[in-house]
Amino acid sequence: MAMLEINDLNVYYGVIRALKGISFEVNEGEVIALIGANGAGKTTTLHTITGLLSAKSGSIHLDGKDITKTPAHKIVKMGIAHVPEGRRIFQNLTVLDNIKLGAFTRKDKDGIAEDIEKVYKLFPRLEERKTQIAGTLSGGEQQMLAMGRALMSKPRIVVMDEPSMGLSPILVSEIFDIIESIREQGTTVLLVEQNAKKALSIADRAYVLETGKIVLSGKASDLINDESVKKAYLGE
Amino acid sequence: MKKKISPMTRKSFVTYGLLLIVFIAVEIMMNTGNISSMLKGLLVPVCVYSILAVSLNLTVGILGELSLGQAGFMCIGAYSSAIFSNLVKDTITQPLIRFPLAIIIGGICAALFGILIGIPVLRLRGDYLAIVTLAFGEIIKNVFAALYIGYDSTGLHFSLKSQGDLGLGADGKMIINGALGISGTPNDSTFEIAAAILFITLIIAYNFVNSRTGRAVMSIRDNRIAAESVGINITKYKLITFGLTAFLAGVAGVLYSHNFYSLQASKFDYNMSILVLVFVVLGGIGSIRGSVIAAVVLTMLPEYLRSINNYRMLFYAVILIVMMICTSNATIRNFFVHNFEKLKGLIFKNKSKTVKEAE
Repeated sequence: MAMLEINDLNVYYGVIRALKGISFEVNEGEVIALIGANGAGKTTTLHTITGLLSAKSGSIHLDGKDITKTPAHKIVKMGIAHVPEGRRIFQNLTVLDNIKLGAFTRKDKDGIAEDIEKVYKLFPRLEERKTQIAGTLSGGEQQMLAMGRALMSKPRIVVMDEPSMGLSPILVSEIFDIIESIREQGTTVLLVEQNAKKALSIADRAYVLETGKIVLSGKASDLINDESVKKAYLGE
Repeated sequence: MKKKISPMTRKSFVTYGLLLIVFIAVEIMMNTGNISSMLKGLLVPVCVYSILAVSLNLTVGILGELSLGQAGFMCIGAYSSAIFSNLVKDTITQPLIRFPLAIIIGGICAALFGILIGIPVLRLRGDYLAIVTLAFGEIIKNVFAALYIGYDSTGLHFSLKSQGDLGLGADGKMIINGALGISGTPNDSTFEIAAAILFITLIIAYNFVNSRTGRAVMSIRDNRIAAESVGINITKYKLITFGLTAFLAGVAGVLYSHNFYSLQASKFDYNMSILVLVFVVLGGIGSIRGSVIAAVVLTMLPEYLRSINNYRMLFYAVILIVMMICTSNATIRNFFVHNFEKLKGLIFKNKSKTVKEAE
């Protein structure tokens, strides 16, 4: 049984059908990439999984448990953390407050302190800037903060929405290195990316979305050599 | 071992200290008779408006939503407690027992209404929320203005029509007389009690901001989607803040109604809500101390401008505009901040390092 199972998911924005029966699965320990053009439904898929949007039909199962109708704040507790698109950090709070808020659903003080240290180890720059107001961080640092914050809920699956968006090539590589080390620590990653090349290079499997449907799926190493993917997303 | 004091705690203690100094100064003035009757009459309203400003700042500054219903919640607190005090003023003659009960009743009634109204209203955001809260405030005011309540030996009588419709017995007494409002409320509000409640309000506000709940509320203000994605129940924390705001506004209403012998619902119109919003904006959105200072200054100012009669409101308006420019213009503000830091450096020579850091 897969850890996360999405079955025939249909999501509407008003009358517009954004997802047209999407089905896929995420197994424990995998890095799964969802790639596709703008408007393909990648972010919609993630938002529906984490409860920010509700599905019209279809189901989402986590460890066999139906979470389709579970509200967002409860899903975090069940082990799915969301790194939202566009570095949505808490601008007016300090870096440390941001990190602490990531552990909002947890009550174990010692565990939280331990995990803050872990986040600092993964992102040393956040420790240097822990008393700084988060809105004054650079774009890359804000992305790191959003990722660190998500890890604070001790998730089993991290759902990441366009982590490389708007970052310089060096920072993009740094972010992808960090995603790999998150996976090495045993956390499953579901990654939405426009940067298909990078995403496919670290993912185990990938799904290609086009206007609300999955048009292609398979091993990332196969997809990266697929002619149609190459043409449409890799610019080759 | 010396425990490190966080900057937020230091901030709050400075505010407590300032309030204490002002309180002692006023007490000395009162006891030595060096106080004008005008100032004396302003003491309780100043505390009332300060509490209102602090409470509204929790919604506007901490939750980041514009609410214009403060006067409505104040009205609920004022009326519910006045009804209570009128009912029991013959049985509980000791104001030190009666008044705290009235405060609790007024606050809780307002909080209940705040939460009740908050459930549908807090789905809205921004301008829409402001309009709807304004409307609710007006509805509350108008309902109380049309309400007749009296009591006699058979119990309480309600009516929305007229005094005669109540059908009171020969021993009946009116509590609320429609648009004429409440009269006969015992004058239990004293400056000491009002100041004590302002003090408690400040403690509640500062602790709220520094708490886990406060951080959750501020995270909703900063980014709703991110707040949801870390597992914060948005509706719950919005309602908590709204309820707390309404509670404090209700308490302010209790102080207000027990300061006057008679009170009409028309006092709690939207002008009052806007006035409180002006205090919050001028004092600095999110700054609790600023709210109190703005409320104190701007409540006293129109009274002291009475000497220039016809031009009073003109001057008041000009002062408001100048204050607004000074607080919103970065150059002017930095000029003040810079000189203030310099001055601080001169007074506390050993702490002159802070000047450099500030620069």
